[in-house]
Amino acid sequence: MTQTLWPWLALAGLGVYHGINPGMGWLFAVSRGLQERSRRAVLSSLVPIALGHELSIVVVVIVVAVTQSLLPPHTVRLMAALLLVAFGVYTLARPRSHPRGFGMRVGVFGLALWSFLMSSAHGAGLMLAPVLLGLPVASQFTDLRQLGATAALAATVHVTAMATTMGLVAVVVYEKLGLGLLRRSWFNLDLAWSVVLLTTGAVTLFTA
Amino acid sequence: MATLLRPDPTFYPSPRLAIDSPPETLAYMVTFDPARQSPDALLTVDVDPNSASYRQVVGKVEMPNVGDELHHFGWNACSSALCPYAPHPHIERRYLLVPGLRSSRIYVIDTKPDPRQPKVVHTITPEEIARKAGYSRPHTIHCGPDGVYVSALGAPDGGGPGGVFILDHDNFSVKGRFELDRGPQELAYDFWWHLGYDTAITSEWGTPAMVENGVQADILLAGQYGHHLHIWDLPRRRHKQAIDLGKEQQMVLELRPAHDPTKAYGFVGVVTSLADLSASVWVWYLEGGQWAVKKVIEIPAEPAEADQLPPVIQPFKAVPPLVTDINLSLDDQWLYVSCWGTGELKRYDVSDPFQPRETGSVRLGGIVRRQGLDGSGPLNGGPQMVELSRDGKRVYLTNSLYAAWDEQFYPEGLKSWFVKLESGADGGLKAEEGFFLETEQRAHQIHLEGGDASSDSYCYP
Repeated sequence: MTQTLWPWLALAGLGVYHGINPGMGWLFAVSRGLQERSRRAVLSSLVPIALGHELSIVVVVIVVAVTQSLLPPHTVRLMAALLLVAFGVYTLARPRSHPRGFGMRVGVFGLALWSFLMSSAHGAGLMLAPVLLGLPVASQFTDLRQLGATAALAATVHVTAMATTMGLVAVVVYEKLGLGLLRRSWFNLDLAWSVVLLTTGAVTLFTA
Repeated sequence: MATLLRPDPTFYPSPRLAIDSPPETLAYMVTFDPARQSPDALLTVDVDPNSASYRQVVGKVEMPNVGDELHHFGWNACSSALCPYAPHPHIERRYLLVPGLRSSRIYVIDTKPDPRQPKVVHTITPEEIARKAGYSRPHTIHCGPDGVYVSALGAPDGGGPGGVFILDHDNFSVKGRFELDRGPQELAYDFWWHLGYDTAITSEWGTPAMVENGVQADILLAGQYGHHLHIWDLPRRRHKQAIDLGKEQQMVLELRPAHDPTKAYGFVGVVTSLADLSASVWVWYLEGGQWAVKKVIEIPAEPAEADQLPPVIQPFKAVPPLVTDINLSLDDQWLYVSCWGTGELKRYDVSDPFQPRETGSVRLGGIVRRQGLDGSGPLNGGPQMVELSRDGKRVYLTNSLYAAWDEQFYPEGLKSWFVKLESGADGGLKAEEGFFLETEQRAHQIHLEGGDASSDSYCYP
């Protein structure tokens, strides 16, 4: 049981982490609410943000599943490990990269695209790759429909955890705490995140 | 570049929160040698009333070249780093980017580890700016959410167009010009933005060829100095709208958008009107998807005898007020207007931006009046660059405009000074007794440690 439970917990845990991170979206939702003076604007912004994040995850989930079905397991692990390490190095070298051409007035589609790019640039989906390798995605699937269902379920567990956390934080900050809290509580996890990417890459590599 | 564990303590999500920031203890001021013989400098002035060296110059950085004409400057990063669409909360407000308006060099000056004695650590060359952006004569610096934006008066050959280019936050390399589509825009001067509306505004002075040899009567009388505002889509980098203030409104300079990102209006000063030499302040505002302007302050010229006036304005028998700088408090309540010709700083209550109400004034210098402070003797020049503390209680002033133009309006040789005024909650304005600093070189823009009313922009109300 624990064998199959831990990847799901990890997916949810990473979702909570992304939900708390101001740069992943709740801050954008709050700013839109403040600009419109409406809590509805906060909540409705979360939908495209969650969808963009989901899309970023789904891309990785599908790539992992398809690759698993085509290549031997240790090759897949090796590839995932190298990608993680490369990405970790990239985030160390360019800690402040961000999507270009966005502003405060992006529409619903723009917000989803922003979230997709932001999540992808953060390596949110990539980080899930080793977790997904722990899921019996490829080994048990018999047709594409089943593959799709498992992939969607994995992404949904992650995004549900993220969106719930994000929504909670956004509303509490919008209604109660105010943005002064950014000054005290927005910790710099850039370095830690790079280290986690590198470590995960290394672990994946040596368990390959 | 160094990063921090928490956001830089000088970053504030909103202007409302920034008002509660601690009072500044240091002011940075650029000075230049109009003769272009000695290197220009960045001076550090102690503005902490509890310090033993209060009102004294406590640090000086000489530039490694001569003839730069330091003018405006700005920070590498500010409160806009907290903006949600490109957050960089752990970048430091640390480097002053100081352009030479004549040399087109931009010095990167590190205020750490000793904020009193910063150091030049890097120089962005005119060649790099010309090659990558096609511009020269860099002027205004604003730290944006996604890069440092710099306006430039013109092209390297001294003609147009002028515009805006972008520097990389981290390594200060020139990323290129801002405008993907500049529409009819040709002249440039100042720029700023309404981050909450994805809108940038630019104003117009003249190309380098039109301004570097002094104000040219033929260009002025033909109404060919700038008289437009330009509205831009900021993220898409495209021209959206040109607003003509009228050909007689010559030189549309300093832009002060409301600090609150939910407010879609701002103020711009016009140096002079060809109709009657008056100066004016206009409001731009959003109305039904289009931006519009309205004149809300008009300051008349003051009559004078021809023999009291420098040759450039003798025929008019009047002193033009020459509004050359304005500044808006962080609460968007108070507007300060420099009248460099008549020698006056006026304070207006602009809580209703369309109905400003003058509540205070201080006279200093002036072409005819030469108003001094207690014990200073007569002063020349007039209130020009005006900077305001984040809490809105202290105003800092210098008196030089631009070397070539100083000589025309104050031909006897402008003597530079730096003063501090107290800005009361009742709307009053008065010079702080004993705060009078004369500088050897000409003093221009001032910025305050940790930020001030013209250094930061905000994404949250």
